[in-house]
Amino acid sequence: MAGKGESWLRSESAQGYALISPPFLYAVLLLAAPLVTILAYSFFQDGYLTVVHEFTLQNYIATWTDPIFRVILVRSLFVAGLVTLITVALAFPIAYYLSFGLAPNQKARWIFLITIPFWTSYLIRVFLWKVILGYNGVINSALESIGIIGPNGLIADPLQMLNSVGAIALTLAHAYAPFAILPIFVSLEKIDRSLLEAGQDLGESRWRTFLRVTLPLAMPGVVAATLIVFIPTVGDYVTPELIGGGKMPMVANLIQAQMLPLDNRPMGSAIAVSSLLVVAALSLVFLWLNRRFLKVGK
Amino acid sequence: MKIPSLKIYAIAYLIFLYAPIFLLPLFAFNDGTIIAFPLKGFTTDWFAKMAENDTLRHALSNSLIIALTSSAGATILAIFAARASTRYRFKGKGGIMGLILLPMVLPDILMGMSLLLVMLEVLKVNLSIATVILGHVIISLPYAIAVLQTAFATLDQSLEEAAVDLGETRMSTFRLIVLPLVMPGIISAFLISFTISLDEFIVAFFLAGNQPTLPTYIFSQLRFPSAIPVIMALGTCLVAASILLLSVAEFFRRRGVKRTGAKDTGGFL
Amino acid sequence: MTDKPMIAFQDVHKYYGDYHALRGITAEIRAGEFFSLLGPSGCGKTTLLRTIAGFEEISSGAVLIDGKTMVGVPPNKRPTNMVFQSYAIFPHLSVAENVGFGLRRDPRSKSEKAKLVEESLEMVGLSGYGARAAHALSGGQRQRVALARALILKPKVLLLDEPLSALDRKIREQMQVELIKLQREVGITFVLVTHDQEEALVMSDRIAVMFEGEIAQLADPEVLYGRPNSRRVADFIGVMNFLPASVTDGPGDAVTAEVAGLGRLEVAPGQISSAPAGDGAAVGFRPETLTLLYEGQQASDREAPGTIDEVVYYGDMTYYDVRLDGTEKPVRISMRNVFGRPVLEVGTRTRVAWSPGALVLFR
Repeated sequence: MAGKGESWLRSESAQGYALISPPFLYAVLLLAAPLVTILAYSFFQDGYLTVVHEFTLQNYIATWTDPIFRVILVRSLFVAGLVTLITVALAFPIAYYLSFGLAPNQKARWIFLITIPFWTSYLIRVFLWKVILGYNGVINSALESIGIIGPNGLIADPLQMLNSVGAIALTLAHAYAPFAILPIFVSLEKIDRSLLEAGQDLGESRWRTFLRVTLPLAMPGVVAATLIVFIPTVGDYVTPELIGGGKMPMVANLIQAQMLPLDNRPMGSAIAVSSLLVVAALSLVFLWLNRRFLKVGK
Repeated sequence: MKIPSLKIYAIAYLIFLYAPIFLLPLFAFNDGTIIAFPLKGFTTDWFAKMAENDTLRHALSNSLIIALTSSAGATILAIFAARASTRYRFKGKGGIMGLILLPMVLPDILMGMSLLLVMLEVLKVNLSIATVILGHVIISLPYAIAVLQTAFATLDQSLEEAAVDLGETRMSTFRLIVLPLVMPGIISAFLISFTISLDEFIVAFFLAGNQPTLPTYIFSQLRFPSAIPVIMALGTCLVAASILLLSVAEFFRRRGVKRTGAKDTGGFL
Repeated sequence: MTDKPMIAFQDVHKYYGDYHALRGITAEIRAGEFFSLLGPSGCGKTTLLRTIAGFEEISSGAVLIDGKTMVGVPPNKRPTNMVFQSYAIFPHLSVAENVGFGLRRDPRSKSEKAKLVEESLEMVGLSGYGARAAHALSGGQRQRVALARALILKPKVLLLDEPLSALDRKIREQMQVELIKLQREVGITFVLVTHDQEEALVMSDRIAVMFEGEIAQLADPEVLYGRPNSRRVADFIGVMNFLPASVTDGPGDAVTAEVAGLGRLEVAPGQISSAPAGDGAAVGFRPETLTLLYEGQQASDREAPGTIDEVVYYGDMTYYDVRLDGTEKPVRISMRNVFGRPVLEVGTRTRVAWSPGALVLFR
């Protein structure tokens, strides 16, 4: 009925602003202002021990002409892309099972089980993969103890698994798995179940119904999952450091090195801003392609 | 898509998710200095060593102070934000909420480095656990809001109108009706913020200065192979604490859902 | 019931931004009457109800309750209480705590309050339910708790916002009767919002039919049903058949209409209502004012020949759609079924008895 929204309270929007202002001010001061500061610093010059507050493009020129930066950026994007592909592909069937294969009263329990690793110490979970994949690690020592690895085994030497892009991708895929499930699950939950029955009623097989009804309706969740995994993994610091052994740095490691040990904060800022712009551009292109693809699909 | 084969896949997936975590207690109680098979025998030495470690105790107390304060701050700010976003219409709400929720998608290192820059270069303050607290509030605020938004959104607005209709003021309605009904959500939001802060590494790494927190202490010890068994013991405790906190949070979330009589669709998000 | 107004709307306007939700409502609700606001969704009836409760501030005009202006008076200071569409039962409180909620600021002693609560529960047929958890109640029980909670404060006006819409048909009909009884018992002015015309007809002393933020007709149920003042009201309440008519005025007050299928007839001034601009004149009559004549039966007044187009059997009633000779659209006739009398078949030639006094002319 018209009019439910407006209340007896005087000026609804004034109340809304009053309520939202404490968290908003906090976010402006401790999130927006710092991000703007990074942007500003990326145009400053690094002097010895101090920062020269003069406008310069030097940091950006140095960043983009540095082949190491380009290698690291490409590696970060490649790893993040690979991780995103793996996590989303693995997550979809799980989300589908949660939404369609479970009785409503079981859903909460499963989601709880899946979200627990999502909240528990990220650092320790990454470190555990180092322990698992290491030269003297869990996999190698287990294979040795049952005789597969060793002088008389199938393989002579322990497997060299760490310090590779594959190991980084595996670890990140494990760490970000729950991130991909939840958005897809939410979009699947929103699908009106009678639509699927209608699809089959109109003579489509279950598989065709899935392709023509379920999948397109789940796309918003897949898009959200893709971005929610891709953006943070590009900027991941811990995994390249621990699993890549410092030999496979990604953007975050480069930024950290500039910000802390090298103490060249304008340069660190320029790298951060550059990377962020590239990620934002890629995300927008992805969103645009998706919208186009979906429109054509109709 | 056949559901039975999906179920097998789902169980395999859960095992994949949890397998590494199960290694923690396995090696925390293993009587060997390297993390490798075969297991050597049962010991609680690593836990004893952990308890004796002074730096570790310092890190623990820092982490607890940070987690308590930042989750209290985040929860209070989240109550404001969740209430405003679910109950009131005002111009620019989307943009304002977008900014507050932004840390959910931004890489944590951006928050860490930008706050570092502001603290050191602009405000010229020394890094301490206080700066970590400020950063952790920003990081856990979006998650606390997500939990509380569900709690506030399931609240039927006519309940508040009914209370006012029956003679209560706006303030007493909030106290008598709104607060009791969203209390489980508030507790749940607090516990989740607490868990996030307790486990957070990157922001603490940038902002703690020379103060250790549990994750930064763990990170600093990972270089030393001899320290690994103690870290396994510590990790066991941390993960156990996280699971416990989350279970309590989930308990309160469900109770909140039941109390408002809504249907449980599950999940924190 | 007295004629003294309990609620007076004086040229009430309400805007939401550009949207004009209430367009100059002027009306009075008498003390002690059961009054209904009836209309399709979006017509402003709930908004009007909420201006009485104080949940909506009006943009201009005045709302008076018991002679006092309510401008600037918040809901908690108004002598009204409301039963909400969703009932708004506080889920964390017991039934007794819900019912006694409004007594929190009452200076009376605890035991007196407990007695009041028990009396209230008894009044709505829920005595002994006080200790139950509110969220475990059925829909009908919630409804009763909401009533008890609102009535315990002895308001001057009880506002009911579609209180029965969420109930099953059987319980709804039972609650209608109980609400009428309850209203007579307590003597409080009841203002009901509903989109269900049958419900409004059954329960109300008077009804205001609303369309698009305006009151189209305010009258008692018989007048509303028998003499709707416009085609729109007639269409909204019950079924009305329309046949195109050409009208000639005079001499004097008399109006003569030439109606397709029925012939020429005279219409008294009291039978004339307005038709929407653009539509031609038409006469309207309710299905039960026509009678199918069986063989050998004679019309007491006038009759017209026709053919049965459709038959819908309802158990106690049968609806016949009959195309009168010389017309295009069939008219609906309702006949009470009588044991031993056959239901007629589609295609049967028939005669229809009718009376000029039962129709309304819309021009």
